[in-house]
Amino acid sequence: MACIEARGLRKAFGSTIAVDGIDLKVEEGRILGLIGPNGAGKSTALNAILGLTSHEGELRVLGRDPLTQRDQLMTDVCFIADVAVLPRWIRVSETLDYVAGVHPRFDRAKAESFLARTAIKRRSKVRELSKGMVTQLHLALVMAIDAKLLILDEPTLGLDILFRKQFYDSLLNDYFDRSRTIVVTTHQVEEVQNILTDVMFIDRGKIVLTCSMEDFEARYVEVMTGPEHLAAARALKPIQERQVFGRSILLFDSVDRGQLGTLGELRTPSLADLFVAVVGAPGPDGPAKTQGLAA
Amino acid sequence: MTAPDDAMAPAPAAPAAATRPFYWSVRRELWENHSIFIAPLVVAALFLFGFLISAHSLPTRAQDYSMLGPAKQASHLAQPFEILAMMLVVTGLVVAGVYCLGALYGERRDRSILFWKSLPVSNLTTVLAKAAIPMVVLPVVVFVVTVAAHIVVLLLSTLILAANGLSVTPLWTTVPLVQMELVLLYGLFMLALWYAPVYGWLILVSGWARRATFLWAVLPPIGLTIVEKIAFDSSYMSHLFGSRLAGFAADAFDFDAPGGAGDPLRMLTPGRYFASPELWLGLAVAVAFLAAAVWLRRRREPI
Repeated sequence: MACIEARGLRKAFGSTIAVDGIDLKVEEGRILGLIGPNGAGKSTALNAILGLTSHEGELRVLGRDPLTQRDQLMTDVCFIADVAVLPRWIRVSETLDYVAGVHPRFDRAKAESFLARTAIKRRSKVRELSKGMVTQLHLALVMAIDAKLLILDEPTLGLDILFRKQFYDSLLNDYFDRSRTIVVTTHQVEEVQNILTDVMFIDRGKIVLTCSMEDFEARYVEVMTGPEHLAAARALKPIQERQVFGRSILLFDSVDRGQLGTLGELRTPSLADLFVAVVGAPGPDGPAKTQGLAA
Repeated sequence: MTAPDDAMAPAPAAPAAATRPFYWSVRRELWENHSIFIAPLVVAALFLFGFLISAHSLPTRAQDYSMLGPAKQASHLAQPFEILAMMLVVTGLVVAGVYCLGALYGERRDRSILFWKSLPVSNLTTVLAKAAIPMVVLPVVVFVVTVAAHIVVLLLSTLILAANGLSVTPLWTTVPLVQMELVLLYGLFMLALWYAPVYGWLILVSGWARRATFLWAVLPPIGLTIVEKIAFDSSYMSHLFGSRLAGFAADAFDFDAPGGAGDPLRMLTPGRYFASPELWLGLAVAVAFLAAAVWLRRRREPI
């Protein structure tokens, strides 16, 4: 059974189509990065997966309909929507009491030991904590839940770099094992590149690219080349070209590396560069942006 | 509508995996809304403060009362107890109204609904826990605070009278305090049942309105009344709303019951009250409103 399975998932707000018929299949044990510009429909898709919004099309999460079976589903699914959703009036100790009181898979001792590594006081109210501490608290609650699927929607938005780093380190070291599935959306693409197993680009409600990170590394390659090889490189149909310090960097999809190696230095592109190539506006004389996609 | 019994039970040491979503949902409401306790306590404290200031004239008044017949004396002596109870009942109603209007609104406004919904607690449990505040928790709080304040008033009066060398016997024998507390308990819960559709409506509006919950709660009934008056020159709506807001005592009590002055328990008419179609109609409407609120909570997004 796939962890998340969607066919023709669609959601419109009035005349605005937020999610425009996406097909999606996430297997157990994957860490999927959902990457897209603001308003691409990432959060709406996640909200549908979490049963927080109605939708059209077929959608099963862990074999359940998220909208009508949300309360059962939430025994196996955790999510952090963004840092601002813990109620400001609640005390840290009350969050522990409450989650322990309602969640059959919450391990209070685990949450306590995670909190012990932070500067968060039990008596503090959420409104008295810094943004980074609120995230630590939320993460402590979520990581102490033995869930099958964890969904993170911009979990590190507005946090400083130390908290962001620590957040993903904790996630990988203390939480993730091969039986869990994580779906994460973020703007800080470079920070999640190394932890993802799969990546999906989403733009204007549609999936524009989906591949595993192994495929990504096998398919995409960047060549840094000087003017002498530029014409030859361009003949191999790069999907993107940009200038850095007078040299050209060309991004290729599924082009033989031996051939490219003669033109200049090869390296694996960053997800951010691929994202710009696939989704971002093409340069005035750049290649068509949809070229070379096998989404 | 009723709430499961564990709503007010103390928390026993539960085994690790056992969860009690309803109990903890009620607890969560109490953490958030301190006014449920604070408001009745503050009103009781204000009353006691005023009572202490007026205490210097108590001996004179007690002497005046003793000139009257026993029935009049009893009614004068019972007065502070009745006023205090009435003030606390009204406080409870105001707190209930304010609470209900914020019940499903606050969590959408501060987006914390996303956190609550990330836990395995159903919308039904959440809405029932919220409805249990005005229906069960507030009546109990008002009752306990009133009884406690009554005891303080009784002891203070006794002290003052005794210190002035006056007899405390009339105070202790003519005021039917125990019966009064039972009448209060009965009245609080009958009132809660009568107001159930009002609370249900306020909770529904709080789950639906994007702003100005108070106006959304109040304007539709007023609008309906006006439209009916203009269109049909009738006033069924205003009678309906009027009797819902003010008509509870007519079926629940018989104020002219024989012997009612000496033993207020004789004034209770639960049989007539529970046979009243208006009560059951109101409860059915309350269930419909709450069902709609459950449905809305599933679909509404943060504001």
